[in-house]
Amino acid sequence: MHAGARSFTKYFVVHLFACLLSLAPLDRVHSRGELTWAGDLQGGEPFVYRDPRDPSRLEGFEVLIAEGLAKSLGVRQRFVQNDWSNLIPSLVRGDFDIAMNGIEDTEAVRAQALVTRPYFTFSEQLVVRKGAPFRTLADLSGHRVGTLASSLAHSILRSRPGMELVLYGGQEEPYRDLQLGRTDAVLLDSVIAARYGLTKPDLALADPDVARGSYVIAVRKDEADLRDALDRALTQLESSGELSRIFARYGLPAQPAPRASDAPASTPEPQARFDEGQLALFLRGAIVTLLVSLSSMALAVPLGLVLALLRLYGNRLARGAAHGYIEAFRGTPVLLQLYLLYYGLAPIVHLSALSAAILGLGLNYAAYEAEVHRAAIAAIPASQTEAAAALGMSRLQGLRLVLLPQALRTALPAMTNDLISLLKDSSLVSVITVVELTKQMTITAVDVRSWALPGITCAALYFAMSYPLARVAARLEAKLFQTESLELQGAPA
Amino acid sequence: MSDAIIRVESLRKFHGKREILRGIDAEVRRGETIAIVGPSGGGKSTFLRCLNGLTSFDSGTVSIAGMRLEAATPPDAPSLRALRARVGMVFQGFHLFPHLTALENICLAPRHVRHESPETFQARGRALLARVGLAGRERARPMSLSGGEQQRVAIARALAMEPEVLLLDEPTSALDPQMRGEVLAVLRDLARGNSTMLVVTHEMGFARAVASRIWVFDDGRLVEDGPPAEVCERPRSERARAFFAAG
Repeated sequence: MHAGARSFTKYFVVHLFACLLSLAPLDRVHSRGELTWAGDLQGGEPFVYRDPRDPSRLEGFEVLIAEGLAKSLGVRQRFVQNDWSNLIPSLVRGDFDIAMNGIEDTEAVRAQALVTRPYFTFSEQLVVRKGAPFRTLADLSGHRVGTLASSLAHSILRSRPGMELVLYGGQEEPYRDLQLGRTDAVLLDSVIAARYGLTKPDLALADPDVARGSYVIAVRKDEADLRDALDRALTQLESSGELSRIFARYGLPAQPAPRASDAPASTPEPQARFDEGQLALFLRGAIVTLLVSLSSMALAVPLGLVLALLRLYGNRLARGAAHGYIEAFRGTPVLLQLYLLYYGLAPIVHLSALSAAILGLGLNYAAYEAEVHRAAIAAIPASQTEAAAALGMSRLQGLRLVLLPQALRTALPAMTNDLISLLKDSSLVSVITVVELTKQMTITAVDVRSWALPGITCAALYFAMSYPLARVAARLEAKLFQTESLELQGAPA
Repeated sequence: MSDAIIRVESLRKFHGKREILRGIDAEVRRGETIAIVGPSGGGKSTFLRCLNGLTSFDSGTVSIAGMRLEAATPPDAPSLRALRARVGMVFQGFHLFPHLTALENICLAPRHVRHESPETFQARGRALLARVGLAGRERARPMSLSGGEQQRVAIARALAMEPEVLLLDEPTSALDPQMRGEVLAVLRDLARGNSTMLVVTHEMGFARAVASRIWVFDDGRLVEDGPPAEVCERPRSERARAFFAAG
């Protein structure tokens, strides 16, 4: 018994080590009995998405492909949620076995991972508003064109200067903005265009075949045997007609016939390096970050002051309104507020991305500044108000000349703190297509296939902005406690 | 009395159900210095604050510096502004504006309430600082001044509005004895001039030496009103006798 238990333990430990270290990838999948595959459920139709009737179930043509692949490997399949633009870095990190989520066969992907044979071929399609005079990409010089960040369409557009690129994180938003006139065209693959773009009655196909591309499955570089097994399984699914049935079931557009001129790995774009050009883009991102942060704060501080004064001195209605505003904006995510402002209110108010970003952050931070101002004013002893009143000052004069100058000094450290927070929170505005520092960093990181150097550069730039802000605020604080009002300054003592 | 600058009739004030002032009748002539004394809780400070509307009262009337103050006027009523511009006030706790220098504290109301020119308010501000013995401290912050110096700036701040009446609410109570002397010297100097002053105080020596009249407040009533010698030596009321015996 005893010896048997020992040998079982030994077997178990060896097996475990083998699993973790020495087993070939295919054996690892077999021994675990499970193939883990990653995709992004956000805007995942028709790739992989939650069944609207039963959100515990996954739907999508890639789910069926994954089931087919797993079946042919003799294992189960399990889906792993992962942000789409980070699928490859997460794969390299080892978070799952394979990435399969409309990953396009590009040099960028091939540089970091092995790819299987294509399971779907698509064309890049240019979609415009009905009646717009644009037919091809060449017509769009000087216009705004939207696409998904880090997609094949993104690299096609980047290789053709003269257009203004607008980058999105999801499939629905580019077409929404096109409808609203925020952009003039959207270039995305035929699967997305058919599902999200051409379903909108006011949009039309301008160029159905700008370029060709294909979806592939990405596997880690040292896992060739897994890739080969997947290739065999794909071939099997294809020849059995299973793959075509799956595509038909999800209404995918017809796959274009191969063109003689088509290069196997789409665009011949050389791999980007982290050079001066990238650095210049980073600096531009930093300027956008600074512009958005300072403008938002310039809006938040006076608006917050008005809210604080309404709360302190307003009638019941004004107090209630200010209180409601503060709680509503503090109690809901700023991300949601940005979405609502940019997309939700679009039919009523037509804001540019930058103004929506500044307005959104400004309105949100005003709620916080209101509380900072209110606390600072409330902290001033009532005797100060009384002393001002006893000199014949009106309430407004007392507020302006006595209370607020003191409150400002009390509030300044908290406001500095908020400005530094805002500097970092401003990265949220990338969801409404503003390319600021953090967004630029993620774009560059995907391009140069490295997160380390862009990440450190990005951090250094944030620090280079926040540290001087903190210093300036500290000096301003010291100065405010010293200086005299202007008309008395310089007068002989 | 035709030259009364303050006339108070049947002044009553309640705090909830408690009666703080139980019907005060009093008059002050231009140029008089009134020392208001009496046990704590007798209503001295409340009475003083009723005279410039910082505390509202429930019935009676107050005429002061040619203006009439009605019962139940809220302390922040705009109608009180003109009155306060003519009636200065000095507090026990000084209440200087900490973000302004001594000179700025003095010049703030002349500049913004009386809309004087910078030359005018600055010249008077400097002169007042000199008068309270603080020439050269124009740029000092309240934080860097001693209590006695702060109170002298506060007196100069009140005087800068050229008030017809100056109300002082225990101006030396928050000070230690040496600093009390500095402030009392300033008040003595003011009393010798033409100022009309009402001083709530516990400084009996000062009251006897400087006041034209002494008022004794007790339990919400004005129980003594007369020249210092008379009130201190031969108080008519039992309460006043007890007060002076204890003091």
